[in-house]
Amino acid sequence: MALDKWVARWLMVVPVALALHSGVHAETVARYGISMADIPLTTGQPDRGAGAYQFTGHTIYDPLIAWEANIGTRPGKLIPGLATEWKVDPKDQKKWLFTLRKGVKFHDGSDFKADAVVWNLDKVLNDKSPQFDAKQSAQVRPRIPSIVSYRKVNDNTVEITTKEVDALFPYQLPWFLISSPAQWEKVGRDWNKFASQASGTGPFKLDKLVPRERAELVKNAGYWDKSRLAQTDRVILLPIPDALTRANALLNGQVDIIETPPPDVLPQLKSSGFKLVTNVTPHVWPYHFSTQPGSPWTDIRVRKAANLAVDRSGIVALMNGLAVPAYGQLDPTSPWFGKPTFKIKYDLAAARALMAQAGYSPSKPLKAKIVIAQGGTGQMLSLPMNEYIQQSLAEIGIQVQFEVVELETLYLHWRSGAKGDINAGKGITAINLGYVTADPFYALTRFADSRYVAPNGVNWGGWSNPKVDAELDQIRTTFDVKTQDKLLAQVHQAMVDDALMLWVVHDVNPHVISPKVKGFIQAQHWFQDLTTIRM
Amino acid sequence: MFSYILKRLLYAIPIALSVTVLSFMLVYLAPGDPLNAIAPADAPADVIAALKSAYGLDKPVPVQYGMWLLRAVQGDLGTSIASGRQVVTEVMSAVSNTLLLAGVAGFIGVLFGCVLGALAGYWHGGWIDRIATFLSVIGVSVPHYWLGLVLTIIFSIWLGWFPAMGAGPGGSSEWLWDYEHIRHLILPALTLAVIPMGIITRTVRALVADMLEQEFVIALRARGLSNRAIFRHIAKNTAPTVLAVAGLQIGYLMGGSILVETVFAWPGTGFLLNTAIFQRDMPLLQGTILVLCMFFVGLNLIVDILQPLLDPRMGR
Repeated sequence: MALDKWVARWLMVVPVALALHSGVHAETVARYGISMADIPLTTGQPDRGAGAYQFTGHTIYDPLIAWEANIGTRPGKLIPGLATEWKVDPKDQKKWLFTLRKGVKFHDGSDFKADAVVWNLDKVLNDKSPQFDAKQSAQVRPRIPSIVSYRKVNDNTVEITTKEVDALFPYQLPWFLISSPAQWEKVGRDWNKFASQASGTGPFKLDKLVPRERAELVKNAGYWDKSRLAQTDRVILLPIPDALTRANALLNGQVDIIETPPPDVLPQLKSSGFKLVTNVTPHVWPYHFSTQPGSPWTDIRVRKAANLAVDRSGIVALMNGLAVPAYGQLDPTSPWFGKPTFKIKYDLAAARALMAQAGYSPSKPLKAKIVIAQGGTGQMLSLPMNEYIQQSLAEIGIQVQFEVVELETLYLHWRSGAKGDINAGKGITAINLGYVTADPFYALTRFADSRYVAPNGVNWGGWSNPKVDAELDQIRTTFDVKTQDKLLAQVHQAMVDDALMLWVVHDVNPHVISPKVKGFIQAQHWFQDLTTIRM
Repeated sequence: MFSYILKRLLYAIPIALSVTVLSFMLVYLAPGDPLNAIAPADAPADVIAALKSAYGLDKPVPVQYGMWLLRAVQGDLGTSIASGRQVVTEVMSAVSNTLLLAGVAGFIGVLFGCVLGALAGYWHGGWIDRIATFLSVIGVSVPHYWLGLVLTIIFSIWLGWFPAMGAGPGGSSEWLWDYEHIRHLILPALTLAVIPMGIITRTVRALVADMLEQEFVIALRARGLSNRAIFRHIAKNTAPTVLAVAGLQIGYLMGGSILVETVFAWPGTGFLLNTAIFQRDMPLLQGTILVLCMFFVGLNLIVDILQPLLDPRMGR
């Protein structure tokens, strides 16, 4: 064949091949090994805690008010979701008006309108409504406690009334997600069927659900927020509850991302080219003291001494770096941290001096019984960390005895409060439970407000400070966010200055990602944005 | 023979009833609150009370048991508190996955156990016996989960031959008998097979060694029968005991191994039980335990019926 003919033939073939190649788009897939034993509920309100919202919550669904989760360099903030605007009625500050986003469609093609918001509120708050779902209700009702009533004003406006004036109410709404009423009708009004044929307005659609094995989410190309279009065509969620198995699956190439790797395997993962991603996370691992009469922790000197006796860098080392020291309920980068006068640090001499003032020493120890979990979600390395603290406290004359229970049982101890028989009857005067501190209510109010003393809430130890109560009341009626932040910081300062808890470390929500994964941003929150993942 | 089978069937009824009582009551003895499966840890008291009422957990335990039993005999094991899915569907899906795993593991265990045991028994005291005994001791002594992890490290991470977890591409609902899926089965099946293999090796070895010294074997030899013919006689005589032991072992395997299925994220009954236990998902836990116990009862019944067919003296 003549050379010119050969060249001419190739000149014809190559552009055709290139055109064909560009027309055939290979699907990009990210496989995510999650630490849960099952796929969280896919009907709208995920179960399995705050960490589940990133998987089947904010992927398939949207809230009225969203949380900015696609930034990792600073704490996120409330941003418009399905509501473009929200404001309190100046005449009656219990009433909030939400202007809804126009032109939004559910995955099934139906329109998102005010009726859908009211229908979804009925779904979780009105047990007389046909769409009421006890499971979804149980998940979200405790997270939207302020709502007392709601109504459609017009197709694009909804009014929600709170029990009392509550300026922090918008923080409750990222938890409340909107499912499609039309899809629920289409599947025969059956939430179990809806679970596998879910329909929301979110950036991903549920393509496949195999209980306990996988959920496959595909990109919603018609998503209303073009800045949050999914960067990966398909995200496969694989429940792998055993940490070592997750690490093995990553090393073996069966998954591309895992959460919560086992600390011991980190060096191997890093040396194999995988990248560890961590960030400050709204979580704290504390000992929550009882301040009830008879508790050894009623003496502020003892509480402060305990906080000064723990070398937190040792705990961080024990966790192979998967934690950061806690200097209060919140991380110092939080806008609500404030400027506590009591500086939490490792100062054994100061701790011993405080204990001596209180009348205790290693030879004349104070005895305390603390209920702890043997492990479980949010508890980090419970037993080794508790043993470390036990030894640290023994050095200043606090002799700690543990009541070790399963996490589920620990929740019973928690809900019962320090005064409950389950605690007081056994001489338990502190509880060790990992706390989510994602918003003002979860971080501060529920522990600091005397109205939330158990059984009304989880102010476990019964701490009561009239000044803090007044500040919390003031926050509820302060609608300016900057002033709110200032007041919240004052509450946090009071908690730290009063050494309400022994704060040990914050979790860093570690993830390990394969070099193939790009654009993974870890927000400073339990809410994460999977749309940024790129392969 | 008929009366023997009838007697065995009648014996199974009180056993099955006891199993229902035990599987229902056991979960009540464990500490914790079943509503933790559904409600957040800080759910207020009114939410908890409403849920208790919705799931009938506010009724007296005997009433709950009666209602549960009535539904169970009609094939309805209730609804999982955590997922809202039918317990029967959940359990049967997990059982089918465990049957797959247990079937392969049982086959490997029984086959290698019988071969190794027979060889060891036949050459009693020789080097084959020593190797077989060593392997069987290892088999019954090594912790499951540890072996699973070691096999994963060697064959999955170092050599990359087999996947580290899961039931294949697409999950167990898309199971096919192709290479891609069978690869996922090999490591968990091998891990599970070592215990039955060890136990059956030891049983067969002891039986064969003992049988070879029996007078009837000496008589058979004196009559000039070949080794193969003598082996057939020995096999027939050892079969009822081996069958009973293998039945028990396969029964254990059917129950699924919480540790092995968790290590390999294999979606069987062990994995399901693990989830149900940690979530205090009572209906799921009760249903799973009941179905597994019934499998065990059924398997023992089958073994009891098969034994007299192999050895008619047992039916008398």
